[in-house]
Amino acid sequence: MNEATRDLVAAAAEAAATGTTAPVGVQSPWRRILADFAESRLALVGLALLVAIALAALTAPWISPQNPYDLSQLDVLDSKLAPGEASMNGTVHWLGTDDQGRDMLSAILYGLRISLGVGVSSVVCALALGLVLGLAAAYFGGWVDAVVMRVVDLQLSFPSILIALILLAVLGQGVGKIVVALVTVQWAYYARTVRSSALVERQKEYIEAAEVLALSRARIVLRHLLPNCLPPLIVVATVQVAHAIALEATLSFLGLGLPITEPSLGLLIANGFQYLLSGKYWISFYPGVALMLTIIAINLVADQLRDVLNPRLSR
Amino acid sequence: MSAPLLEVEGLRMHFFTKAGVVKAVDDASFSLERGRILGLVGESGSGKSMTGYSILGLVDPPGRIVGGHIRFEGRDLVGLSNAQWRGLRGNRIAMIFQDPMMTLNPVLRIDTQMIEAVRAHHAVSRAEARDRSREALAKVGIAAPDERLRAYPHHLSGGMRQRVAIAIALLNRPALVIADEPTTALDVTIQGQILYEMQKLCRESATALIWITHDLSVIAGLADDVCVMYAGRIVESGSVDEVLDRPLHPYTRGLLESVPGRNAPGRPLPQIPGMAPSPLQSLDGCPFRPRCGRATEACRTQPPLQSFGTRRVRCAHPLA
Amino acid sequence: MVAYALRRLGQSFLVLVAMSLLVFVGVYAIGNPVELLVNPQADAIERARATAALGLDKPLAEQFLVFLRGALHADLGHSFVYNVPAIQLVLQRLPATLELAFCATVLAIALGIPLGLVAGLRPKSLVGRTIMAGSILGFSLPTFWVGLVLIMVFSVELGWLPPNGRGETVLLFGVPVSFLTVDGLKHLAMPALNLALFKLALLIRLTRAGAREALLQDYVRFARAKGLSASRVIGVHVLKNILIPIVTVIGLELGSVIAFAIVTESIFAWPGTGKLLIDSINQLDRPVIVAYLMVIVLIFVVINFAVDVLYSLLDPRVRLGGATAGAH
Repeated sequence: MNEATRDLVAAAAEAAATGTTAPVGVQSPWRRILADFAESRLALVGLALLVAIALAALTAPWISPQNPYDLSQLDVLDSKLAPGEASMNGTVHWLGTDDQGRDMLSAILYGLRISLGVGVSSVVCALALGLVLGLAAAYFGGWVDAVVMRVVDLQLSFPSILIALILLAVLGQGVGKIVVALVTVQWAYYARTVRSSALVERQKEYIEAAEVLALSRARIVLRHLLPNCLPPLIVVATVQVAHAIALEATLSFLGLGLPITEPSLGLLIANGFQYLLSGKYWISFYPGVALMLTIIAINLVADQLRDVLNPRLSR
Repeated sequence: MSAPLLEVEGLRMHFFTKAGVVKAVDDASFSLERGRILGLVGESGSGKSMTGYSILGLVDPPGRIVGGHIRFEGRDLVGLSNAQWRGLRGNRIAMIFQDPMMTLNPVLRIDTQMIEAVRAHHAVSRAEARDRSREALAKVGIAAPDERLRAYPHHLSGGMRQRVAIAIALLNRPALVIADEPTTALDVTIQGQILYEMQKLCRESATALIWITHDLSVIAGLADDVCVMYAGRIVESGSVDEVLDRPLHPYTRGLLESVPGRNAPGRPLPQIPGMAPSPLQSLDGCPFRPRCGRATEACRTQPPLQSFGTRRVRCAHPLA
Repeated sequence: MVAYALRRLGQSFLVLVAMSLLVFVGVYAIGNPVELLVNPQADAIERARATAALGLDKPLAEQFLVFLRGALHADLGHSFVYNVPAIQLVLQRLPATLELAFCATVLAIALGIPLGLVAGLRPKSLVGRTIMAGSILGFSLPTFWVGLVLIMVFSVELGWLPPNGRGETVLLFGVPVSFLTVDGLKHLAMPALNLALFKLALLIRLTRAGAREALLQDYVRFARAKGLSASRVIGVHVLKNILIPIVTVIGLELGSVIAFAIVTESIFAWPGTGKLLIDSINQLDRPVIVAYLMVIVLIFVVINFAVDVLYSLLDPRVRLGGATAGAH
């Protein structure tokens, strides 16, 4: 029997075990997921918002009225203009300017870029790390499992902000270091989620069938175990993007996050905090609104994904 | 002639789901006299449990009773208010469920769960309620009832828990007990004990009993009358002896023939071909038609209800 | 019950030792302890003296024992900035943080569980949906942003509440607390609400999910079949079952509330340990950071232990460690 045939047999065993008749990896589950997702109008709004934000962030250099970090474009006489006021050279600043004369709209667009970039990249790295460790723990069991899970438990029993703070205190500032801190804080969630699903899947008969057919371990893990662990992982990852963005903003707000050369939304908010009590709210407020909308959009999408991918709630 | 204790007439109970309307109970009619035992037999999805829940008003949305009458002690139960239902449940009508581990609340003690059942309907002191509970436990054959009262459900074995559930059902001396497959989740050896004791208790106190099950052999030794359900409809009813000796509906005969004990050793076990219809499909005519060896064109319309004395059968071509 | 408590106590102690080992390794073995524990402005002679005084020329194992002994005697070095024992600084500020955390937790529980129950019992109603939408907001918004908005609305626009600082304190068992004075409450209101928001949203969602699942359980049906009133079914049967995971979460989250107080304290200039930590990080006052870490670890371990004991009190199935085959 060649590999292809063996896979077919294993797939048939899986179909028998799970009671489905569609072969593994075919279109229909995805189509059903999309259809179920679209049932909630709120989630669709969230998705639309998210897409709009992502597009704005990606195209920031082209669509923002001003490059807020090009010092030659700034004039300190334009500083602290209220939203809707015009500057010295006649351009209207729809969201006002900050204390250095930067157009808030542009600063927000650039800040979105950095916030989203840091958030997504940290999630991707943490996902990869957590996935590998979680699968290894579930598949090999024994002491590998024990060690990985002890570390995961220990880490998850401490609040992420504390771990991130201490790490940054030791490592210093910089984009790379923030990403490291965010990855360190997150990987444990993925590892634990993957391990739980993998453990459940591992008991199922189609894995036994694949092992009996002497499929290589890598093949079993990649082609058979992994796809079935994906749904809860997708939900966790989506939620974690929002957490990562919020955490980075918080750290930047506290002055321990990204340096001033890469101002994320958190830093913009921190910058404007001092002017809050004197009524110049827009310097902090609008970046905050942008942050809030991003996080809400992600959470709306994640909520619906969780309901859709949850087998216990399936109708 | 005194009115029967319970008279179900044309009961229709539907579930209104996103996928469509499920006719869980479709025009069910039967009656039950005081102190008699009725067996409600059918496979999974036949609507037997739902009939039981309807009698107690425990149908949750998206399910709803859409038609028919349930007359209990002369009163029509369809359309009662919540307060009126609460007065009936656990008091005049009681229910026993299938899995005792799930029906007893795992974080509350046995005495808490029994005392509250008494005090919900009678204004007595906790001590008095406790005494009644202890008596009830002793009556169902539980030794050392005081110890059991202080225990939690997970301290007891499956058979014990079901006895406790039975004791709770009988606490307020109801006129009718509905038992929904109470022995299915238990060991075969315990099943026999519980069956015997339930029968004894019901006869002693003249309590009417509806025993819902999929197992015909249970009914044979226990019930006075039987109703056979299929796809939400009652296809045959009558006294147990008559129905089991001379079944009139092809489905009933199929059920009887597939009981292993009746089969000669070495011969293949007869089965009813095909599968029960999905509850979402609405069928015109007799729902058993696809699997029936005697089906004809006449079966495409709703088969008439034919009566032979106390026996009723819903079939265009009854046996014999 | 006692055996269980003792077992957990032993485990907690082990965790404590493990954590102090981690902190020790982080500070002494990985970092350059001379850099970390000696005033950065010191010159070479002072450094040499400090090295010898701190025993940094001795083998690591011995240093760890010295560290542990010091920790047990609450001696974790002196603050560079204030030149007082670091542990003293932390302990001085601790009551303010604990007060804030405690008030936030109480607020979250008092509001979260009832709101979550309502949302769980009537999920499709307008009230239920509004509560869930509100919880998504409370969950999504970063704490510091909410604090900002609160200040904008209640201090700048309406002028009702003071934007920062702690109010008047009175002594309760020798510890200064501010929730017993009106002025104290006015200062507490916004920071406590801010800190409570995340946990409130979490509790609402948990309670709702728990209530929805509980209502599907057979024991609820059985309770109704006994003719029990709705308030008893929900108030006793359902609540006791869903309280178990909720208490666990509350307990575990209590530690994170104390940690998130760092952000709230920074925004509202609340004089607690969180603000101390941020200032210390910015001023490179490392002994204080170490002292803070050790105190936090201790608090966490104590909280985890208390939650475990409370959990076993609520869920009788846990008490005997699971081995409970019933007699016939």
